[in-house]
Amino acid sequence: MAEDIKTKLERYKTAPFDSRFPNQNQTRNCWQNYLDFHRCEKAMAAKGADATPCQWYYRVYKSLCPTSWVS
Amino acid sequence: MANPTQLGFQDASSPIMEELVEFHDHALMVALAICSLVLYLLTLMLMEKLSSNTVDAQEVELIWTILPAIVLVLLALPSLQILYMMDELDEPDLTIKAIGHQWYWTYEYTDFKDLTFDSYMVPTTELLPGHFRLLEVDHRLVIPMESPIRIIVTADDVLHSWAIPTLGVKTDAIPGRLNQTSFITTRPGIFYGQCSEICGANHSYMPIVVESTPLIHFEAWSSLLSS
Repeated sequence: MAEDIKTKLERYKTAPFDSRFPNQNQTRNCWQNYLDFHRCEKAMAAKGADATPCQWYYRVYKSLCPTSWVS
Repeated sequence: MANPTQLGFQDASSPIMEELVEFHDHALMVALAICSLVLYLLTLMLMEKLSSNTVDAQEVELIWTILPAIVLVLLALPSLQILYMMDELDEPDLTIKAIGHQWYWTYEYTDFKDLTFDSYMVPTTELLPGHFRLLEVDHRLVIPMESPIRIIVTADDVLHSWAIPTLGVKTDAIPGRLNQTSFITTRPGIFYGQCSEICGANHSYMPIVVESTPLIHFEAWSSLLSS
């Protein structure tokens, strides 16, 4: 699974279509991925596990969210 | 950009705009046909050639109910087809954020490195020969041609709207909301647009310029700016 996520991260172009947010309003998409990244990091740190899978959420929220919203 | 005294659409530079132009031609033809018919009947009536003693006209009533219904369906079908087509998002190659401010745009390319820049209108006094008044900007939005591009439009202060007529794109920029739109440019070129939501004193002076270029040149440009 960690191998798959690494390949997936290497092949990352931009945030893919997310069927949870199919319409024009992508605000929730940005919010959800931002939340998922921070929760993932926290959870992995608590378990002492590799946080590489969390990078997917990071890349997606970086693609979608304006810098001023997340800095 | 539009030429002086231009009345019609600009030439389409994206597949969606091509569809919109075709639909517009179709709808205009329907409107022309109906107007011609009405004008003809009006002329006949004014020349008193349409007087009648009829009090009961079930057959003609049926015809001029069914026929308009058919005409409406002929308008609705292509309209809905294009509406759904506009909402389709093939996997985009690139996501760019366009953020409206009073009175300029900021563009962010953050898929890989963080590339952010502001895009201000070139003042009339600083135009170079060949430049277009009130349309040129200091930093254009450069994109690779023939690639699906996702644009996320938002605003920092008041309402704005990001519009490019030749690409068939117009998306409102609303503070606190991320509006998604997408397009593919069918050819390289420079495409102009203007802010399309009243946003204060300089609403007319915050244009949008998209430069569509082959991928190699786009990559060279973005490497140059990211460094």
